[in-house]
Amino acid sequence: MDFFNQDLTSLHADLVNKKISAAELAQATLANLKQTDAKVDAFLNLNEDAALKAAQAIDAKGINPANVLAGIPVGVKDNIVTKGLTTTAASKMLENFVPVYDATVVEKMLANDMVIVGKTNMDEFAMGGSTENSAFKVTKNPWDVSRVPGGSSGGSAVAVAAGQVPVAFGSDTGGSIRQPASFNGIVGMKPTYGRVSRWGLIAFGSSLDQIGPMTRTVKDNAAALNLIAGNDVNDGTSSKREVPDFTAGLTGDIKGMKIALPKEYMGDGIDPKVRDVIQAAVKQFEDLGATVEEVSLPNSRYGVSAYYIIASSEASSNLQRFDGIRYGFRAQDVKNLEDVYVRSRSEGFGDEVKRRIMLGTFSLSAGYYDAYFHKAGQVRTMIINDFNKVFEDYDLIIGPTAPTPAFKIGDEISDPVTMYMNDVLTIPVNLAGLPGMSIPAGFADGMPVGLQLIGKSFDESTLYKAGYAFEQATDFHQATPDLGGAH
Amino acid sequence: MAEERINAEQVKHVAELAKLEFTPDQLATFTGQLEKIIGMFEELSTVDTTGVPVTSQVNDRRNALREDVAVKSDESERKALLANAPETANGLIKVPAIIDESGDGE
Repeated sequence: MDFFNQDLTSLHADLVNKKISAAELAQATLANLKQTDAKVDAFLNLNEDAALKAAQAIDAKGINPANVLAGIPVGVKDNIVTKGLTTTAASKMLENFVPVYDATVVEKMLANDMVIVGKTNMDEFAMGGSTENSAFKVTKNPWDVSRVPGGSSGGSAVAVAAGQVPVAFGSDTGGSIRQPASFNGIVGMKPTYGRVSRWGLIAFGSSLDQIGPMTRTVKDNAAALNLIAGNDVNDGTSSKREVPDFTAGLTGDIKGMKIALPKEYMGDGIDPKVRDVIQAAVKQFEDLGATVEEVSLPNSRYGVSAYYIIASSEASSNLQRFDGIRYGFRAQDVKNLEDVYVRSRSEGFGDEVKRRIMLGTFSLSAGYYDAYFHKAGQVRTMIINDFNKVFEDYDLIIGPTAPTPAFKIGDEISDPVTMYMNDVLTIPVNLAGLPGMSIPAGFADGMPVGLQLIGKSFDESTLYKAGYAFEQATDFHQATPDLGGAH
Repeated sequence: MAEERINAEQVKHVAELAKLEFTPDQLATFTGQLEKIIGMFEELSTVDTTGVPVTSQVNDRRNALREDVAVKSDESERKALLANAPETANGLIKVPAIIDESGDGE
């Protein structure tokens, strides 16, 4: 079965009323998934036997009527470690890597009776915006299979958009949840830095990375964030703040809400058809009783440069651990230890990962540190100050998630600078550690366009509240891609 | 800023620091791409950051400490860990000699 006409609430009701068992649901999900994945290639690795066993155990125990996620099939991005289930980060480096522990978010999924059906494709080590950097397969956009799904969480986005699973989890370092959510017409939340434990997330940019949910509706997304949020003793950066019930404020009433629209987010670099969609969204919010006013984030234009210095520097450090010794790929016919390091890394990493390691190593090297790494850290402060100033007067910020709809497979992959500019609207949010969410806001030439909502630190609730009101007033989230099925 | 942002010699040096190696063709491609990306970075030099502090993290906690307690792994965990190592011997991870053992002149 697909999930085009069901949400968590209706699925949960079916499970509680025994209209379908968790085992039947897992079976039907996997059957449909295998069929549709021949067209979209969203998954790297299925968890078929373990999923069915887990679902049977859940049936034996009974579905907890208070847990809307019990028995629900879920896809997990392949940079989130799963005990006993191969986890590759879409890299040849980790092609045969079997983790010995579960990420904290995975522990929470399993403890709450979610059924992990497989691991989703991504850009290698989450570096990229098209999922073309996977060492294993190219995921296709279900709205037009000649186009990219975005990235790096392209597999998770497609899994939801193609109706394969009702929920998937991704990670977002510079836009890797929100941009593919935008390209696929689904809801993707990057929570506040520290809201969700990063324990078991294969590290890329440790001051930027967050795990977040990808779903078809805002309410489902809020329920999924409820599951994974909270402090974790294994992640010293996870916040001890109280976690609210993110589904609580979904009333549809946003009268009097003060919304800011940064003029830099509607400038020349933005596809006019995307701008039209966002203008219509602005009107929609005004019709709902919110006020929308233009503001400025003057330093956001420097975000891409600052980000690629900071994220690459952190990556160059984080990826030192891949040395061909304890786990991962080791080159053949090596003569000595130095050879193991250099040849294993050179043969095991793909080009984009090498580019980022090189950029980071360069930015941190003697003679360049001040001009690049130090400077980027200062610009990061200025970007944060811009946001703080706007949030003195407004409840949230809206704008496009990405400058364009999904582009063609192969179009941008050989031009790193063009590819990096896709992140221009999402990156500032990671640099500031703020929550950001993309929701379906319309179409441009038949391809989905996402609206980005940016909130105050730890105020995901306002994003969900506003997103829900918009969703109730529109029907973009109900549109489904034609995969050759009866939709 | 220098006229030439980065040349093949520098790229080679950075590759050595990063424990990566490139063929001459790859080196040429990477040098061209890095030149372009670092060229983009140079827009930062136009930003006046006098007196602006550096942000290196956006965490709301400071010094998250816990007790330093050893957690014992069982035999199956040890086996699972070692199964990920490219080469093992007698329950240990095996690596090639640190010094080239192939003799002089290979």
